[in-house]
Amino acid sequence: MNEINICLPLIAISAPLIASILIYILGEHIGKNAREAITFISSAILLISVYSLVPHVLKGEAIEIIFLEIVKGVNFSFNIDAAGMVFACVASTLWVLTSCYSVGYMRGHGEKNQTGYFSAFAICIFATIGLCFSANLITFFIFFEILTIGTYPLVVHYRDEEGRRSGRKYLAYTLISGQIFFASIVIIYMFTGTLEFKAGGFIKPDMLPMPLMLILFIMMVGAGAVKAGLMPLHSWLPAAMVAPTPVSALLHAVAVVKAGAFCTLRVVLYVFGPEAAKACHGAEILSYMAVITIIVSSLIAIRKDNLKARLAFSTVGQLSYIILGISMLTPESSVGAIYHIVAHAFMKITLFMCAGAIFVTAHKKNISEMVGIGRRMPITMGAFTTASVALAGFPFFVGFVSKANIILGAMKINNLLFSMTLVVSALLALTYLMPVVLIGFKKDIINEEFQKKDDANLMMRIPLVITAVISVILGISPNFGLHLYTLAEIAAKSIFG
Amino acid sequence: MTSLETFLAAKGIYFLTFLLLFLGLYGMITCGNYMKKLICMNIMQVAVIFIFLCLAQKDGGTIPVLFSNLRNAEDYINPLPHALMLTAIVVSMGTTGVGLALLTRIKEKYGSIEEDEIIERENK
Amino acid sequence: MMRNLPALIIIFPLVSALLSVFLSKISLYLGRNLVITSIFISLALSIVQLREVIINGPISYKFGNYAVPYGIEFKIDTINAIMLVMICIIGLLTGLFSTNFEENSKDRIKIGGSHALIALLCVGMLGMTSTGDVFNLYVFLEVTSLSGYVLIALGGSKGVVSAFRYLLIGTVAATFYLLGVAMLYSVTGTLNMQDMHDILSSRANDDTMLIAMCMFIAAFGIKMALFPFHGWQPSAYTHAQTGARPLIAGVMGKIPAYAMFRYLYCVYGTEFKYFRYFLIVIGALSVMGMIYGSVRAMAQTDIRKMLAYSSVAQISYITLGFAIGTPIAIAGSFLHMFGHAFMKGGLFFASGSIRYKYGIVDMNDFGYIYKKMPLTSALLSISALSMIGIPPTVGFFSKWYLALGAAGEREYIYIAILVISSLLNAIYFFKMIEKIFMAKDRDLKPIGRDSVMELPWTMMIPIVISILMILGLGLFNVKIINILLMSLGGIGI
Repeated sequence: MNEINICLPLIAISAPLIASILIYILGEHIGKNAREAITFISSAILLISVYSLVPHVLKGEAIEIIFLEIVKGVNFSFNIDAAGMVFACVASTLWVLTSCYSVGYMRGHGEKNQTGYFSAFAICIFATIGLCFSANLITFFIFFEILTIGTYPLVVHYRDEEGRRSGRKYLAYTLISGQIFFASIVIIYMFTGTLEFKAGGFIKPDMLPMPLMLILFIMMVGAGAVKAGLMPLHSWLPAAMVAPTPVSALLHAVAVVKAGAFCTLRVVLYVFGPEAAKACHGAEILSYMAVITIIVSSLIAIRKDNLKARLAFSTVGQLSYIILGISMLTPESSVGAIYHIVAHAFMKITLFMCAGAIFVTAHKKNISEMVGIGRRMPITMGAFTTASVALAGFPFFVGFVSKANIILGAMKINNLLFSMTLVVSALLALTYLMPVVLIGFKKDIINEEFQKKDDANLMMRIPLVITAVISVILGISPNFGLHLYTLAEIAAKSIFG
Repeated sequence: MTSLETFLAAKGIYFLTFLLLFLGLYGMITCGNYMKKLICMNIMQVAVIFIFLCLAQKDGGTIPVLFSNLRNAEDYINPLPHALMLTAIVVSMGTTGVGLALLTRIKEKYGSIEEDEIIERENK
Repeated sequence: MMRNLPALIIIFPLVSALLSVFLSKISLYLGRNLVITSIFISLALSIVQLREVIINGPISYKFGNYAVPYGIEFKIDTINAIMLVMICIIGLLTGLFSTNFEENSKDRIKIGGSHALIALLCVGMLGMTSTGDVFNLYVFLEVTSLSGYVLIALGGSKGVVSAFRYLLIGTVAATFYLLGVAMLYSVTGTLNMQDMHDILSSRANDDTMLIAMCMFIAAFGIKMALFPFHGWQPSAYTHAQTGARPLIAGVMGKIPAYAMFRYLYCVYGTEFKYFRYFLIVIGALSVMGMIYGSVRAMAQTDIRKMLAYSSVAQISYITLGFAIGTPIAIAGSFLHMFGHAFMKGGLFFASGSIRYKYGIVDMNDFGYIYKKMPLTSALLSISALSMIGIPPTVGFFSKWYLALGAAGEREYIYIAILVISSLLNAIYFFKMIEKIFMAKDRDLKPIGRDSVMELPWTMMIPIVISILMILGLGLFNVKIINILLMSLGGIGI
């Protein structure tokens, strides 16, 4: 292993951290432009360094970095594997696009507290990249908690009563589950003496008697499930909608919820492993909860008139695809689950960016007010349509690739319920997203204010078009560019042998 | 009856000193006047000093000053507790001094050293 | 010089304390500067001593060269060597910090005197930590207490009353301690801790030891404000002199905790018949204290009072580690001791700075303080996160070792309590963070001189060092744990 390999992850991790500290310290002393420049430069550095790690992981090179002994017997160390790489690629790509979009949104909307916003944003990315590369549970937990705390300023961005209330709700959910996660890490360390992630898990199925094992499993998965918005632990997620749209985009598409899903992935497949997860029936329970979440959240989403709320419930449902894919414990469904991290990220961030663009440009929050908005903002609504279709899982769109894999896994274990759920939910997704498109492009009745063509500003338009285009390209050729599909396959292969 | 007498003769002094100790403690808890509390605190400290001094005593021992005809350690009482208690007395004097100084300040600022009056004024 | 290190560390602040008032008569700030210099020298010496102890093993220093069971012995192992460093650092920072609170007063006695008291408080704590003699411990305990009483009394009219109450109950504690010593002395005839341990373990005196232990727990419980002996603590911490509060709240409670550890594990030892029961009792008290302190802290709006109640909860973390009793848990306790000294000290540095600049102590007035005092708010937030136990701050790691020890002993209830306690901490510390970052802007006007800097440099230094220590102790906790385990190897269950 050459030195560049070691440097790259370090650069990747430290770029957002340094950016965050710089922005916080320099704060009001520097202008808007300098602040944004710092964000862009560090996101570009992150992007390049993460991308250049991909070939090494594809070649199967192990990249391990040990920093220091963080607690007695456990190192603070990174180990870059395929699953983490997929998530890191998504996060770093979307940071560039979201930063670009944030600039447009924040300027268009004249937001306050921008220093804190950009600083906390960078901290979240730092924590997310750290999560991806963590080699063991302690390192993972450290970044997990940093992410929890780093998101808090974003949720309470407006500093008003509503923001404070949802901030409290967010903290209540995440801190409680985080502390329980902590307790279970301690117990696991006590029994196994190791915390290093291992593809296929390091816990033996007979480590503890049956009911205790299940309790431990639930304690472990709980943290991830809360962040991923698994019902009935989801209610912080719609509440966190009070935040500015770029934050929602980050929360719902990139960092936090995906970190939750990724945490579930690590816990189920890299800590417990398929055997232990199956033996204690934990995976089974998890999969049924995911099924319920997928159906119920879609039904709730149909009834929401606020566009962001509708998208939030859609997120709750889509995240459960990943959890379902993981908990089926088949190689195919795992590939689907990991790839859905990519797919959902691009689709959902497009949708959120569109919602934000509509809000900033036309000041509309509710779907019922958007009659004919397609005329005023054709590009935005075009992107919205593309992402909607992709989310429903049409072939040649990115959503299809992941869902097909998950269905394949369900067929392999002959579970009709899971396959049916996925099909039904695709139809439900159409039901709650298509009306938005149809209302937007209505020809007969058009609001007066939508007559003139006046799309979102360029800084907002560019990223949302890019993400929409990516959702199509990745649907046609899943391996385009970064070979993310191959990475997902490598990860699944390492787990299931 | 005789057994009680021998017991009292041997250990009775400890009962008395413990009585003194708890008397002091009781006074500290029940008195409402800070001056009285301080006095009770002193009583308690004195009780402990007594206990130490009692520990040093023994039958047939004399004061720990070297006599030419008494060469054995058994002939002397233990001097160490006395030495310790000298220190303890100094410390207790210091504590009392600080306590009195604080009391005069309390009297200056609150015009009273009754606990309930001070609490009343504190809450104002 | 090197041979006399343990004594020199104490003598420098002692001499400076005695000289301070007189020198103030000559020149206004001479006494004060002498005190700060002397604590700095002690800090340097204690670091040298720590190095020495790590390399060459424990130091036994005999005062006046009297042989060990008869004379007074200072016994320095790696644990108290680190504690000495901690006391000196906080003492030095407090000395610097409190210089700002007497700027306006030209009263020479007051300027020299209050620093003399800080030095004396350090002397008492340094002595209590290093001594290996039970009666010598009593003397230093009283030195600590007396200077503590006066520093609390300096905090205004409410401070005087709290100080007096503390004096009464503190003297009860000292008397109980003396009573316990009397009992042990009556069965062993020695005052040296090591000697006492040898004699106690060779003869069965379980009943006397039992009663004496009850006395010690009561005595040290009062002194460290362990639940349910904490009654004096909240008002004393709240009304203590602002400048000296970090030292009082950050360190003063921990030294009796260390003394209790010495009695439990060094004097009594695990072979004591009722040892397990005492561990259970201490564990139960700690659990109750953790819950009680946090619940009470939630109800406060005065930041000083909130922090005081939080101390009741935090000291219980330390005793919880003693109650678990495995080396790793005890090491966790000590790590928490060091960490908490900087967290609580830091919180009081920060709250004192806010009071210094704007004259406010009520958290409802803290709105938008982060715009005006970014560094102070950063310290408040980081300390708060450390109190909750969010990585990578030191609070997380001490909790990790405590939980690990508890899991090793299969005491799952302790893990549950640790989790609950962190969540309760989160409730009131996030209330504080909400107030700092989100409450309404009060348009506060700085009292006193307006300066370009956020604070004078003598206040900035403590704040910056606290931040660095909270993070540094967290990231490099394994080094501390290893040093602690060198001495803990033979101790514990």
